[in-house]
Amino acid sequence: MSNTTQAMYTETPFVRTKRRYQGLAKYIFMSMTLLMILPLILIVGYLFVKAAPVLSLDFIFTNPIRGMRDGGIWAALLGTIYLVVISLVTSAPIGVLAAVYLNEYAKDNWFTRIINLAVVNLAGVPSIVHALFGLGAFVLFAGMGRSIIAASLTLGIMTLPVIIASTKEALGAVPIAFREACWNVGATRWQTIRSIVLPNSISGILTGIILQVSRAAGETAPIMFTGAVFFKAIPEGDLLAYGIFDQCMALSMHLFTISTQVPNVPTALPYGTAVVLLGTVLLVNAVAIVLRVYLRSRKKW
Amino acid sequence: MSNDTKYTITTDKLNLWYGDFQALINVTVNIADGIITGLIGPSGCGKTTLLRCFNRVNERYGNVTTTGEILINGKNIYDDDVSLPELRKAIGMVFQRPNPLPISVYENVVFGLRVHSRRKNIKKSEMDEVVEKSLREVFLWDDLKDKLDKKATGLQLEQQQKLCIARLLPLKPDIILMDEPCSALDSESTRAVEELMLTLAGKYTIVIVTHNMAQARRVSDECIFMLLGEIMEHTRTEEMFLTPKNPKTADYIEGRYG
Repeated sequence: MSNTTQAMYTETPFVRTKRRYQGLAKYIFMSMTLLMILPLILIVGYLFVKAAPVLSLDFIFTNPIRGMRDGGIWAALLGTIYLVVISLVTSAPIGVLAAVYLNEYAKDNWFTRIINLAVVNLAGVPSIVHALFGLGAFVLFAGMGRSIIAASLTLGIMTLPVIIASTKEALGAVPIAFREACWNVGATRWQTIRSIVLPNSISGILTGIILQVSRAAGETAPIMFTGAVFFKAIPEGDLLAYGIFDQCMALSMHLFTISTQVPNVPTALPYGTAVVLLGTVLLVNAVAIVLRVYLRSRKKW
Repeated sequence: MSNDTKYTITTDKLNLWYGDFQALINVTVNIADGIITGLIGPSGCGKTTLLRCFNRVNERYGNVTTTGEILINGKNIYDDDVSLPELRKAIGMVFQRPNPLPISVYENVVFGLRVHSRRKNIKKSEMDEVVEKSLREVFLWDDLKDKLDKKATGLQLEQQQKLCIARLLPLKPDIILMDEPCSALDSESTRAVEELMLTLAGKYTIVIVTHNMAQARRVSDECIFMLLGEIMEHTRTEEMFLTPKNPKTADYIEGRYG
């Protein structure tokens, strides 16, 4: 092989073509990433600008007045908090424990496969269908009436399959080698789960649950039929203002109402409501991120 | 092999299927007490499967059917009254990739004790003693005595693997099963772990699966050659390597396939 030394390792036309395609691919992917962020920034910015006239602490801590054309959103904010907390308090334990069963105990047979299929399909059921289910099952059949508890349980049913799916994923991410190590010193499945599997998947499990907060807080359809109302005056600043069999206001519902059902609402009001809704969700997500970072820092393999 | 040899593990016509695939065919083997027995053979010949039968951990991997008998110290481990936690307490396993648990060195060593005793019966002073004794037995005490609260997953691979062996010792096992314990280690670490095995032999019956002929030769007293789920030959190691009876054994040992 006695080529001239000058011609060695230099770029051939084919290499040049490949390099051009590679550069092109990179820029396409990068522009898609930017396209994804842009609307987010625009939406959030637009919301804040439009909402600026009403945003204040008073807005958060006072009830709507003058037929919801003025005042704050306290009743709706507190209602949303009630709905989200109660729905997750009921759905999270059930979802997490069911996922532990499905991932750690269940044998791979037709029964578990049907359950897994059901979980996936349930996650895809539109929220309005959950609303009808909640109306039939909780409001009418269980006799809860239109109430916070009925609405929360409906939201809980809606978030359950997603919690199961995300928990299963978190459990599945724990290396099988850890389980083998436990089994081979004679640990039972429960000892393995308690001492190794759960501590190492808890951050993923919590993240999955907390991300459902935003879904539960944002959904309007499931609560519309089951417990949320247009307007309900409650004592301002009292965190225990609602009872679980009361009906309540909710941010998502309130936003829908003042945007479409009530005439002559000042434009800043719905935007302000949207900002509070968004802020609540972002706050919860931020807590989730901090928690995850903290829990991750404790695990290492 | 003389007749007065004591056997720790004996299997009788052991057959095992993964679904429809038969991985072990009529395995009848006697593994003597207190020595190191090497399991060799090409990939997929059932070495690891056989190893995993000895503490019935195979059953955790799904669709497994077994027929035949495995007697450990004279007791059929497929009897109804056999408790799997107690069985696995007596028969520990070391894996190909070191798998220390993502907890401290100390907790790794006492993990088995915690699993097998009620919380109130565990005394701190006893545990401290057990940790020192177990780590000394695997030559880790001097290296790790100041790092007992460090995460075990952050140790060097050799230390991790030794720790995985140390983790079995507090349970006073009869048998230690090793599934290619050195294949993730470099040659220096391999040598260290092999030395450790030799010091443990006698106190424990050790069965080691290995792909490394030289290693089988260095550490094992007896060797079992398996091919496609069947036992081809089982003799003293030097006999197997110097005068193999089965031509297939000879072919494998000399590297004509593998």
